[in-house]
Amino acid sequence: MIKKIFFQIVFFNFFFIKEVFSAESGGMPQLNPEFWISQIFWLTLTFGILYVVLSKLILPKISSNLELRKSQIQENIEAAEKQRESSETKLKEYDEIIQKSKLEAKNIFKEAREKALKDINSKKEILDKQIDEEISNAEKEIEALKKSAAEKINKIAIETSSDLVKKLIGAEVNSSSISAIVEDLSKKNGSKYYGS
Amino acid sequence: MAANPMTQFEVYRIGPEIKVGAFDISFTNASLFMVISSLAILLIFNLGSKKNSILPNKIQLLAELSYSFVSKMISDTAGSKAKPYFSFIFSLFMFVLFCNMFGMIPYTFTVTSHIIVTFVLAAFIFIGVTVIGFIKHGLGYLKLFVPSGVPIVLLPLIVVIEIISYLSRPISLSVRLFANMMAGHTMMKVFGGFVISLGIVGGWLPLSFSVALTGLEILVAFLQAYVFAILTCIYLNDALNLHH
Repeated sequence: MIKKIFFQIVFFNFFFIKEVFSAESGGMPQLNPEFWISQIFWLTLTFGILYVVLSKLILPKISSNLELRKSQIQENIEAAEKQRESSETKLKEYDEIIQKSKLEAKNIFKEAREKALKDINSKKEILDKQIDEEISNAEKEIEALKKSAAEKINKIAIETSSDLVKKLIGAEVNSSSISAIVEDLSKKNGSKYYGS
Repeated sequence: MAANPMTQFEVYRIGPEIKVGAFDISFTNASLFMVISSLAILLIFNLGSKKNSILPNKIQLLAELSYSFVSKMISDTAGSKAKPYFSFIFSLFMFVLFCNMFGMIPYTFTVTSHIIVTFVLAAFIFIGVTVIGFIKHGLGYLKLFVPSGVPIVLLPLIVVIEIISYLSRPISLSVRLFANMMAGHTMMKVFGGFVISLGIVGGWLPLSFSVALTGLEILVAFLQAYVFAILTCIYLNDALNLHH
């Protein structure tokens, strides 16, 4: 309902407005030649000044600004490219150096290890030999000692026993009989004298 | 009631009457807006070209974008030979654009809504292009009116049509701009008048229409400046590179 009224108002206003306009209008002001010359004059003047100032002063400046920026950006890009390349070569060099030094380190380590192993082996052999020698020497000594010790013990036993007998009975005993007994004892035939 | 949509196009004198001989060259509201538009263009582009920083500020960006926009438009339509005419087309485009845009501000005067202004511009372009064509190609420029690959029988007719179309260039160029601006502004005024006469009840519809029209008119203001400039480029292209 409101909508209908609204559109009716709009519709009728078209007629009204048309009448109002037609009553007031005296045609197009554009076709009134009163100020044509003035407009032509001022258009020529303003547009002429605009053109001259723009073309002589402002546009060359903008153009050179743009050129300058373009060339500067280009230069910067080129410099950046160069630096990137140089950094890449440097990186490569660095990598190579690292690779090389790694290899060297490996070699040095290997050599050192081999040398150390060799040293150890040779020293071990020498040491083994020495130890063997010393062992055999010691064995020999022990053997000699063993032999001599038995004899010494026998001698001491004979002496002490003869001294004992002398003190006990106050008489000389035949040393040969004593030595025979001692020899018997040293051969672990003690049971003959002490009982079992 | 200032509801007459044509009153906005009336030219009136500002200040004293200036007469040179029989000619009245008084300063009018039209002259005022020509001066304002030119000064605005000069101001903006002067500010935009003063400093040259690698990272342009807003106004510099505006100036440089307009420069490259017009430059691209010319090289696309008229080729590299049109380079010497760059400043003219740039000034033309900016002048028409600024006059159109200033006309969009309420209570201002639209310079380009006057046929005499657009016609003077178009006539200047037409004469200039014709002179350039004859200088570049001599009488060979007349080949423009004889398209290649047309049957001999049709040739007289085609030549007549071509000549008429060539001669009507300044008229079509000027009337296009003038009529667009005038129609747009008249329409906005009419819808504005509807808002008043319908009042608070029915005024909302024409008001919304008026808002939409304002957007459209801003688009048209730009578009017509662009069309004006690009048609100039095309005419220039005909004169510089005779394709027929």
